[in-house]
Amino acid sequence: MQQIILLLAVGVLAGVLGSILGIGGGIIVTPVLTLAIGLDIKYAIGASIIAVIATSSGATIAYLKDDMLNLRVAMFLEIATTVGAIIGALLTGIVPTGFLFILFGAFLLFSTYNMIQKLRGKVAEQHVGAGEDKWAKKLNLNGTYYDKANQEQVDYAVEQVPGGFAMMFGAGIASGLLGIGSGVFKVTAMDTIMKMPLKPSSATSNLMMGVTAAASATVYFFSGAIIPSVAAPLAIGILVGSTVGSRIMQYLQPRVIRMIFIPILLYTGLQMVLKGFGVHI
Amino acid sequence: MTDKKAEMAQIELVIGKILRIGVAVSATLLIIGMLLAIIHGGTGYSEYQFPTTFTEIFSGIAAFKAGAMIMLGLFCLILTPVLRVVVSIYAFAKEGDYLYVWITVIVLVILIIGMAIGFIKK
Repeated sequence: MQQIILLLAVGVLAGVLGSILGIGGGIIVTPVLTLAIGLDIKYAIGASIIAVIATSSGATIAYLKDDMLNLRVAMFLEIATTVGAIIGALLTGIVPTGFLFILFGAFLLFSTYNMIQKLRGKVAEQHVGAGEDKWAKKLNLNGTYYDKANQEQVDYAVEQVPGGFAMMFGAGIASGLLGIGSGVFKVTAMDTIMKMPLKPSSATSNLMMGVTAAASATVYFFSGAIIPSVAAPLAIGILVGSTVGSRIMQYLQPRVIRMIFIPILLYTGLQMVLKGFGVHI
Repeated sequence: MTDKKAEMAQIELVIGKILRIGVAVSATLLIIGMLLAIIHGGTGYSEYQFPTTFTEIFSGIAAFKAGAMIMLGLFCLILTPVLRVVVSIYAFAKEGDYLYVWITVIVLVILIIGMAIGFIKK
């Protein structure tokens, strides 16, 4: 009973944070499961896959009404991510992972720097974009959303579409091969490379995460890596948390979201680079 | 532009409703399963031994086993993103955006391949 309450509470917290930031919440769920409950990492990963899908499904329900999500960007980039993820899974054991950890970790550290620059106002927060990207025009990717915090309609253009697509492909390979949460990569690829505003980046990442996770979830489901007594309270907590979180997110200033995002980005990036050098934290 | 916007908003609303039903179904199953586990004082299975095939899941549900009910709920939850992709195809088709019908169909095919790998690997 105590465990059920703990998991419900952790779920709510992970759901709120995950849906605000557009990440899966594995960063919260996995340590709690392995350290506090003492679950084997195999079962912790199984539970965190469920956590990702629950965050995505809970959050996107609320987002849809509010036009925050860019469905075209999501579906277009989803091709890159899912193909990457399958290739990554197939490459497991063939390709040495140390170098990739360093490479992707370095990208996250670079993004941390970029985000801090944006926070300090050196790069405009509401970057509208030049709207010159021919792929963005061809693929009709440019979008608009209503920012409830600033009470204004924000029209935005998407830039560097091929670069973003390539990054998503890389992120897919990384998530399949290294088993890392790809939400952080998705948000930064949209925010840093494609110059999308942070809120639609987060909402779009949320949708994509669910689709990507579903593609690999059956592996865990049918191999018995998902423990029902752990996954059920966690999923229920997350569904509640992410529905609430996505509503909160609407009213948050993009700056605030960025301030919460930066330490998580820094932590994940450092962790990956160190892992590449054989240091586990 | 406004016409298109209004049309898209309408379609997204429908998608939202369908998805809500999908999530509600899985959440209901999960809650029933969790309550059963609390009432029975367990899932009806040992800690690391639970149903992973549909035959086991449905025979478990017939026996009111909490673990089987939860597993069905989790499987429904895993299907919600798939449902999402399927309704998006419909939405793009209705909008007459055939480029995105194709893009989303490709996503669905990749998704099904991924899920099939999980089923076969077992």
